[in-house]
Order: sequence, then C-alpha cells, then structure tokens
Amino acid sequence: MNVRVGDIIKLENNQFVAADILLLCSSEPYGLCYVETAELDGETNLKVRQALSMTSDLGDVSKLMDFDGEVICEPPNNKLDKFTGTLHWRDNKYSLDNEKMLLRGCILRNTEWCFGMVIFAGLQTKLMQNCGRTKFKRTSIDKLMNTLVLWIFAFLICMGVILAIGNTIWETCVGRKFELFLPWDEFQSSAVFSGFLTFWSYIIILNTVVPISLYVSVEVLRLGHSFFINWDRKMYHNQSDMPAEAHTTTLNEELGQVEFIFSDKTGTLTQNIMVFSKCSINGQTYGDVYDEFNQKVEITEKTTCVDFSFNPLCDKAFKFYDCSLVEAVKQQESAAQDFFRLLALCHTVMPEEKSEGNLVYQAQSPDEGALVTAARNFGFIFRARTPETITLCEMGRAATYELLAILDFNNVRKRMSVIVRNPQGQIKLYCKGADTIIFDRLDPSSEDLMYATSEHLSEFAGEGLRTLALAHKDLSEEYYQVWQKKLHYVSTVIENREEQLAALYEEIEQGMKLLGATAIEDKLQEGVPETIACLNLANIKIWVLTGDKLETAMSIGYSCNMLRDDMDEVFVISGLTQLEVQQQLRKAKENILGLNRVSSTGDVEKGDMSAEDSVFEETIISEYALVISGHSLAHALEPQLEHTLLDLACLCKTVICCRVTPMQKAQVVELVRRHKMAVTLAVGDGANDVSMIKTAHIGVGISGQEGMQAVLASDYSFAQFRYLQRLLLVHGRWSYFRMCNFLAYFFYKNFAFTLVHFWYGFFCGFSAQTVYDQWFITLFNIVYTSLPVLAMGLFDQDVNDQNSLRYPSLYKPGQQNLLFNKRQFFLCTLQGMVTSFLLFFIPYGAFSVTLKDDGSDFSDQQAFAVTIATTLVIVVSVQIGLDTHYWTAVNHLFMWGSLIVYFAILFAMQSDGLFGIFPSTARNCLSEKSVWLVILLTTVVCILPGLVVSFLRVDLFPTLTDKVQ
Amino acid sequence: MASSYKDEDGHITVSGSGAAAGAGAGSLRSKKPENTAFKQQRLPAWQPILTAGTVLPAFFIIGLMFIPIGIGLYVTSNNIKEFEIDYTGVEMSSPCFTCAQNFSWNSTKPCTCSVPFHLDQPYESNVFMYYGLSNFYQNHRRYVKSRDDSQLNGNEESLRKPSKECEPYAKHGNKPIAPCGAIANSMFNDSLELIYNDPNGTKVQIPLTATGIAWWTDKHVKFRNPGAENTNLTVVFQGTTQPVNWRRPVFQLDSDPDNNGFINEDFIVWMRTAALPTFRKLYRIIQRRSNVHPTLPRGNYTLEVVYSILTEKPRWDPVFLLNERNPDYPVRSFEGRKRMILSTISWMGGKNPFLGIAYVSVGSVCFLLGVLLLLIHHKYGNRNNAAEISH
Repeated sequence: MNVRVGDIIKLENNQFVAADILLLCSSEPYGLCYVETAELDGETNLKVRQALSMTSDLGDVSKLMDFDGEVICEPPNNKLDKFTGTLHWRDNKYSLDNEKMLLRGCILRNTEWCFGMVIFAGLQTKLMQNCGRTKFKRTSIDKLMNTLVLWIFAFLICMGVILAIGNTIWETCVGRKFELFLPWDEFQSSAVFSGFLTFWSYIIILNTVVPISLYVSVEVLRLGHSFFINWDRKMYHNQSDMPAEAHTTTLNEELGQVEFIFSDKTGTLTQNIMVFSKCSINGQTYGDVYDEFNQKVEITEKTTCVDFSFNPLCDKAFKFYDCSLVEAVKQQESAAQDFFRLLALCHTVMPEEKSEGNLVYQAQSPDEGALVTAARNFGFIFRARTPETITLCEMGRAATYELLAILDFNNVRKRMSVIVRNPQGQIKLYCKGADTIIFDRLDPSSEDLMYATSEHLSEFAGEGLRTLALAHKDLSEEYYQVWQKKLHYVSTVIENREEQLAALYEEIEQGMKLLGATAIEDKLQEGVPETIACLNLANIKIWVLTGDKLETAMSIGYSCNMLRDDMDEVFVISGLTQLEVQQQLRKAKENILGLNRVSSTGDVEKGDMSAEDSVFEETIISEYALVISGHSLAHALEPQLEHTLLDLACLCKTVICCRVTPMQKAQVVELVRRHKMAVTLAVGDGANDVSMIKTAHIGVGISGQEGMQAVLASDYSFAQFRYLQRLLLVHGRWSYFRMCNFLAYFFYKNFAFTLVHFWYGFFCGFSAQTVYDQWFITLFNIVYTSLPVLAMGLFDQDVNDQNSLRYPSLYKPGQQNLLFNKRQFFLCTLQGMVTSFLLFFIPYGAFSVTLKDDGSDFSDQQAFAVTIATTLVIVVSVQIGLDTHYWTAVNHLFMWGSLIVYFAILFAMQSDGLFGIFPSTARNCLSEKSVWLVILLTTVVCILPGLVVSFLRVDLFPTLTDKVQ
Repeated sequence: MASSYKDEDGHITVSGSGAAAGAGAGSLRSKKPENTAFKQQRLPAWQPILTAGTVLPAFFIIGLMFIPIGIGLYVTSNNIKEFEIDYTGVEMSSPCFTCAQNFSWNSTKPCTCSVPFHLDQPYESNVFMYYGLSNFYQNHRRYVKSRDDSQLNGNEESLRKPSKECEPYAKHGNKPIAPCGAIANSMFNDSLELIYNDPNGTKVQIPLTATGIAWWTDKHVKFRNPGAENTNLTVVFQGTTQPVNWRRPVFQLDSDPDNNGFINEDFIVWMRTAALPTFRKLYRIIQRRSNVHPTLPRGNYTLEVVYSILTEKPRWDPVFLLNERNPDYPVRSFEGRKRMILSTISWMGGKNPFLGIAYVSVGSVCFLLGVLLLLIHHKYGNRNNAAEISH
C-alpha cells in the first residue's frame, strides 16, 4: 500500500494501524479512540487516545477534504512514549503529544472508525525505528568450536602437506620405476607436480575431518533443548497461564555455565502485586493489628479482615486488617476522607464497568491500582472518567469533579498532581509522590506533621514497604486562571517544551499541605529465598540491581535471605563524591582482606600486601555484603575505580545496587562481563531492565505486571523468578552436559573415520586412494552414525532433575568449563586418532597374508574396505553406547536402527543385481569367520583404553556427578 | 542442605485474586505444556553406570574368552603347512638369474628356469599354489581406477569404446583394447609348473587345476564375455586389440571356452586388486587325488618357471624397459619380488599367526588389567565410601 506522509486514512475497528498517524476524529464522543499496544510494548490494557477538539468534528469525508492543517514535528526517533509537534490550522497553533498519536503496530479497539493523518510512514515509524539494534549473542562453546574448526583445518593442511611430500618422494623413488605398469598421466610433468596434485586430492579426501555437519547437528540439538524448556510443566505458571519460553535457540548450553546473575527487584524477586497495607493519616498510623495486650499481631491467613459489606461496590479481593481506619472514615474525619478522596482522584487509572457494580480498573502501574482500589473499599469509589470529569461515589453519594489539569508523573518529577474543581466549586490540587520530593514542597504549617509522618515512613520502609506521601492544596480561581494561560502557551511551544512545562508544574506544586502517607506491600514471589539459597550453593553470585531506594532494597535483601544478621559486615557505599566513594571502597576492601589476613597468619604466610586478590577470593570464609547506591555507583563505574569496585564486589557474597538507572544496570553487567570472563545472566521484568537483559550473555524476562518489553528483549522468559533455578540447574546443566558430550564424540568419530585414509596413504604410494568405497564415505556421517549421537545429545541425563536440584554443586563443572575445553578436545581427537590407527593396522596385520577358507586370496581392496568400514561402524556405535548415560527407547531405536541400516545398505548395494561394481564383496567377506575375528579384536582393542581411563577416573577421582549417580 | 523448592505441579490452587479467574476461563486453550513423558524428559530409560561390578567382570570375561580363541587360532595357523620360495632371480646364484638378466629379446624360444626345493613334510588334503608379488602397488589410485567394469561385464558398447579411465591403455592404434586399462595390461604372466622328483629318479609333473580359483560371484556376475553365450569369442572380440604387454589376445588365454576371455580365472584373480603392495594371489589348486597318498609327499621338487615373451615390440615409451632385456614378468625395475607359495587351508583360512598372537596378547592384557584394576579398586577405590555427598 502506498501510504505517504500527509495522507489521511480511515481505520476501522480491530485493524492494525499502518503508520504513525495523528488522530483527527473518531466515531466515539470527544474524538476518543482506544488502542491496544501489545505489539509495541506488550501491554494488553487498552489505552485511550483523544483527537484535538478542533478536529474531532471532521467526521465526514467532505469536511476532511477541506482539512489543510500543517504539522511540524520532531524528526523520526524510537521513543514510543514521546511525541512533540504542533498543528497549524486556520491560523491557530495546537500542541500535539503522544496522546493524539496512533503508532504503527497498535490495534484499534472498541472504536467503530477513526480518521488520521500520516505523520511517519514506512521505516520512519517508531516501530521500525525500534527494530534492528539487537546484539547477536553467541555462546562460548560456539566460539571455542570455531577456533577448533580452524585448528582442525590447519591439521588437515598439515596432513595434506605430509602426504604430498610423501607422494613426491614416492614418485621419485618408486613411482618412476613403476611406470612400467603405471605410466604417469600425460599432464604430470614431475614428481613435485604430482605431489602438488596429491595435496589437493588429500584435502578433498580428508575433508570429513572438518565436521561441516557439526554445525547443523548443533543447531538441531539446541532447537531440541529449547523445545524441552518450552515444554517443561515445572516452569509453567498456572495462575498466569504462562509456560517458559526460549526465544533463542543459540544459548542453551551457556545456561549451564552461568556465574553471575543480575536481578531486578521489582516484579522479579517481588510479585509486583501491590497491596495497600498501611498508611499514616494526619500523624497516625493504620494497618497494624494489635491484640488485647496492645501487642502487634503477626498477620496470617487467619487474621480476620475488615468487613467492607457497608460498601456495595467494594472489591472482594481487597484485604485490610485494621478496623480503626474504617471507623475513622465512617466518622467523617476530614483528614481520612481527604486522604481517600485524593487517592480516588489523583491517578491515571481507567475504569471499566462491565455491569452495574462490577468495576474493573485498568492501571498502568500496579501501585496506582492498589491505591485506587483501597480508596474504593474505603468508600471513595472511582466510577467513571471523561477527559473533562471524574465521577466518584463518595460514601454512597455520587460526586462529579471537573478535571482541570493532570500534571503527570515522570522519573524526574517523581510525583503527579491533578487540579480539579469539586462539586462545591472550589479548585483543589491533589498531589502524591515520593516523600522527599513532597516534603520539600510543603507549607511550613505542616512541619510537625511532616516529622511525625517521616518517622512513620522510615518505619514502613524498614518493613520493605513502598511509600508515597500525599498532599493537597487549595487554589484560588484567579491564580489558577493565570497559571492556566501560561500552561496553554507553553504547551504549544516546540523547543524545550518539557523543561518549560516542568518549571510551570513546579510553580504550582508549592506550599502544599501534607495529608499523610501510604505504604504498599510489595509481595515477594513464591520461593524466592529458597531459589536464591539454592543458586548460591551452586556458586552463582546474585547481584540485585534495583531502582528502589536503599532501605527498600535492603529490606528486600533481608527478606530473601541475601542479607542476614549473621553476616560479618554489610558495607554500605553511599558517598556522593568520587573521593568519598573511593575511600569507602578502599576501606571496605582493606577490612575484608585485613581480617582475612589475620585469620590466615596462623598457618601459612599468604605473601605480602600485594598478594593477588584472587588468592584471597578463594580463601575468604567470612561473609560480607555490599550495598551501593546509584550516586556512588556512577563514580565507582569510572575507569579508575571500576577495578576496586569489581574486586570488592567479588569478595562479597551479596551485592545490592539501589537507585540505579537502566543504563547503570547495563554498565554493571558490562563491567563484570568484560573483566571476569564469566557468563552473566540478567533477569528482569520491566522496560528498565531491557538494556541489562540485552547486555548480559543471557537475558531472562519475567512476564509479570510491568508489560512485556523485558520479555520481548529476552532470550528466555517465564512467569516466576523461582523457575530460574530449574532453568539453570536442570535445563542449563543438561544442555551443557549434552552439548559437551556431543562435541567430544563428534570430533572423535570424525577423526576415527577420516584418519584411516592417512595411514593408508603410506601403503598405497600416497596416491590419494580411499580406504572405504564412495558410498560409505557419503553415508557414514549422514546415515550410519548421525542419529545415535543426536539422540544422546537430546535425551542424555547423567543425573535426573530432582538430583540436579538437590545437589546444586553439580552445576560447578559448567562454570569452570570442565566438560569441553581445549584439553578435552585434544583428548577426544587423540582417542579418534588412536582408534583410526588401530582400525587400520589390525586389519592390516591380519590381511597381509589372509586367505579365504576356500583357498582364494582375499586381501583385496574391497574386502579390506568392507572389513574396516564394518569395524568402524561397530566401534563408534559401541563408543556412543558407553557415552550414553540414559538409554531411552529412542536411543535404542537409533542405535540398533543405524547398525541395521548399515548392514542393509551394505548388502543391498553389493547384491548381485543392483550394481556390477562390487558385487557380493560383503557377502564373500562377512561370511568369513576370520573377518569377524578381526572385527571383534579391533573393536575390543579400540574400546578398551577409553574404558580403562574412564573407569579409573570414576573409581579413583569420582566427581560429584558420579557419586550422585 | 538446601531443600529444593517444591513446585505445586498438578495442584490447581487458584488463589482468590482477580487474575486467576481469567486463567481458569482460559483453560479451554491453556498454554500448559502437555504432561507426556517425552516432553517432560521423563522417558523410561536404562541408566548404565561404570562400576567396578560391571567393568571388572567384563575385563575378566574378555580376557578369558580371548586367550583360548587366540591359542586356538595360533595352533590352527601353526598346523597349516606353508612353503614359500622366491624366484625373482636377483642373486647370481639363483637359477633364474640368467633368464632374468641375460635373456635375449630376439630369442624365439621362451626362457625356462628350474628352481629346486625340498618339502620337509607331506602336504595332506588340497594344496593351494599362489604367486606372490611384493612392492607392487596394485592399490595405487591411478592403477585401481584404470579399468572399465562395464567392458568386463560384457557390455558391447564399452568393448568398442573403453572408458576414459583406462587411458593410456584404452586404445592402441585405432583399435580399442580389450580388456583395457593398466590393471589388465600388467597381468601376471609367468607360467609356473611343479615337478616332483621321485626318489626313484622319475620326474612327475603335478597336475594343477586352473579353475575354481576365482570367487563365484566374480566369475558369474561381475565378469562376462560380450555377445551371447557360446558365440565364437574370436568374432566377438574382432576389431579390438590385446593389451600392449600381452602376448596373446584375451580370447586365447585358455583353450577351455568356459575359462576364456574375460571370464578366464587367472585374469579375474588379477583384476581383483590387492589392498596392500605385498600380496599373494591364488594361482592353481592341487587337488587331492587319493586318500592314501598325500597330495604332495615329502621330497624334492622343481619349480619350472616359463617366462612369457612379448610378441610385438611395444610402441610407446613406458614399456621400453621391457624391450631391453626383461622378458620375464618384470618386477626387478621397481625392486619387486616374485614368490611361489604352497599352502594348505584350515577353517580360518591360510597361515596367519598374527591373529592368534594378537588375540592371546589382547586377552592377557585384558586379564592383567582386570587384576590391576581390581587391586587399584580395592586399595584406592572411592566409590564405596562415597556415601556422604558433600556440597
């Protein structure tokens, strides 16, 4: 379709928006329309968009024909939630913002039709601008594999050169004389030229040693492992109907090597289900339950809830335990009523009244939802919203407030306000926001209240609750009119509109009166402390990176057992200048090292002051924790301090970074990734975690309440933090284990298969004669041996999932990269080489003078080929049999199937009728007893050394895996 | 010890939150993965583990199995009687030296040399007579491919137009060569006779059977003369010429029509190329005639080697060596050796001590390893006392 900028297009219900368009008018009143933005940010709640009131009546085509407005706007960018522009029409300027835009990728809902003007089309749309910045992630095994393939290639060239030199010598010494029976080809001018040709012949013959099929097989395995992750019921969350999902198929085995986990707090460790649990109104706290002896009672399932039956519109799921608050509201205490009135008015929640009395709130942030729900249950029911009004039901009486302005929330302001005209005609400003911000803008008259409230606030924060302070202000009509004019002017400015708006908001949000504070409980997800403990045992370090404040972060740390009272020391780094931070870091480090040195002087002198930290790292017994704030982190991440930070952080058992920006999260991950050579995993649920998720080796998204952005950017996603344990310790470990075994076997197999040609070269005049026939060479890797190893790579389990979880230490070999590294590669290729050597020389010894039992000679090439090929297939099958720990029916099928297919193809190809080329060699050869004796002998000799080695390893140096088995 | 977190798998505990209701309603098409053994990786499986209990007996069994097999093989191999004589004629003392060295190209009479030898033991049952060549690279790639299987299978078209693989032995002059290629061209053509010197002075020529020396499948499936059965081979091969080194055309290899042309067994045996540069090929069979007398009694024998002569002077260079003074089957130029072997046969084939020795040694090594591993296991083995599993 040719959608161009400036076109006016009509959209109908449930259609995708085709470009970024400016909403002009719609079928709904006030030019409203609803969109679903799931494709953009993953959030499924409906969002409302409203056309300018000037354009909202352009509802038919003839009027639209006359529309000749001009839009001046920002250049294309990737910010989905921001738009600035102005519409010039009929000599008027109208400001445009994101609320008037329908972005490409949205779906129109609950709106019959709407008209819009295209602002950005094609690649300039915000959706397209957001694409294509994804970093390509590869696993360390992948990189190792590439190196190894290069090595093998070099090895191949070496073999080619050796054989080419051999050929030159042979042609000079023997071939020249043998010309009697075998004249040189016409084009062959000299022995050296012959050697040159031989080199290329051997490169072609021996190319099977460079395993091209390896890459395909590895991808198949990874795909299989990803499916197993998707299929795991134990990572499926019933409540949200969310199975685990692997978005990538390339990172599975790296899940078995993770050393650092960077976790977001909100929505990851916590449920991000906010529950209004306490509040402080006018200097008095509510929410705790006391028994008759005035002792605080632990709130459990059995504690009786407040009865909200007086309120027909209450939310049944809401629970509150302190009856005194209801009493206060019922007794018309103005502070309490104002408190809840504010909560019911000051928010951006959309109500949806499906049937009379059945209210559902669509909140963009769960905090707001919790607060509005609390107000609803306490009798201040938010019922309806239009762009100009808010309708409440206050203690059973309907009240409509005229909505004059919304001073919306952002990360800098950390507060939001509404200005309303109440039914009595007074203009009021209601504000809620972070305590520090609100306290700075209070009227001096509230000072006493402020101290009392702030005491309560720190108490709340200590319990891990999220707090907000609430304040209000009466505005005079005149003052508001002046301010409103300024607002109108500023909102049409293009340049610096944001800053000017912020300044204007700042101006009106001054001298407010404090109402109180709310405390919302951020519930921990199920099983978080257990998961963290388990991952710690697996030697995985968990760092929490959160945007929350220090106290909240620490309280969550305590509640998930990351911080404990029995820890030796918790270092809190909160310096504001670089020097302070440096000193704090140094001191903490010296503290740890010093203590340790004292403890270690008893036995061995650990060396001088400059002893390597890594040595200490191993020997630290005491437990430390580090808590660092965002301000300090900014300094600590400077190049000159980052090493100190990293060293210190690695000495500590727990690291918590609070008040960090999304960018800092990514920087911390990058720091560890760069300097520690360790696999990092970032887990988060919100848009603020996206950068961290993209930076880490592995990104995991928790599909929680905060939308889907993190999930979309992640490599793996699931619903609950605790599934991380299973993903790493079970799936990751298996994937790594299987992949390593697979690779080792694959290299072994190819070496055993190919090098036979090398040995044969010495006996056939280096003439590039192959040992096997062409069909065998073609089918060996594809048909005869591919399936059993794939089955092993897919199904093998050395330890079952329960034991993997029971013994987290089983995870350690992956972190140390023990199962497949360069040493293992050498061992398996060596095994392959030895096997090929035996495969060639045992039949060689047996065949040099062998005869058939009817006297005819049978040391001919084809018989030789059949014998070696059969032995090879049997040897590699036995070897995979020994390497397989978990024989499922599929393994059996593939294994025996491959052998049967081998013999079937062998006999079919060599049957009398089919090919005249090698009739019946197999029959003549394999009917011979001595051939079977040779095969048996070769098989035993090839398998024995490996068996002895692995037996001795298991018997003398058993790993934990062996013990658990 | 960390207790792993127990998942409430299977429990559908819908807590009273609003969201749960939606999930319950969505259970029509729930995304819950299927609970199959395959998808949950719970396929029933056999999990073999290397333990002393399985590995050590395996070693002993292999050892105890291999040693008797090896001894059996060795004894069988030793019971086979084999006699080998080199008649290349390199040394001055060799009776064939003259023929090999001084035979004149122009002579019209074939050169014959007699090599006397003595058999210490009588050879019972059938005796097989082989010729052996060494340092002869029948396994060279260019040599191996230098044949036309389709021609040898009786294809008339290939007879007239030999495959390119046969170059430079595809055509001679304008005529196609039958059989073409380097393998056929270099066919072994010494003829060997065996004479028994009876102690009473008479010389008895020992009858040699020339049929039954090739594999049945080769003779009846792979190699076929062109043309219909029983047609005159001379006619069939008309328009072709013999390989340049040959003295006779292919249809004159034998007088027996069933052993002539491409299905001549000497030819078939030669065409099955050897895997290694030292090889032996079956030449003749000495059938056992009576149950009373051994096939070859103990005593003195003479091997008569009749060297063939090339009838025509070859036209191109590589063969010039032949022209000079090498009328016998020429191997001396590349330091090859020619041997004649007499051998009896057992169930396991010919004399080959290698297998027997290999079996005995592998068996013994296995057994010793078994003992060694047992000792190591008893002294140092960790598995038994590994009950405590630490983290």
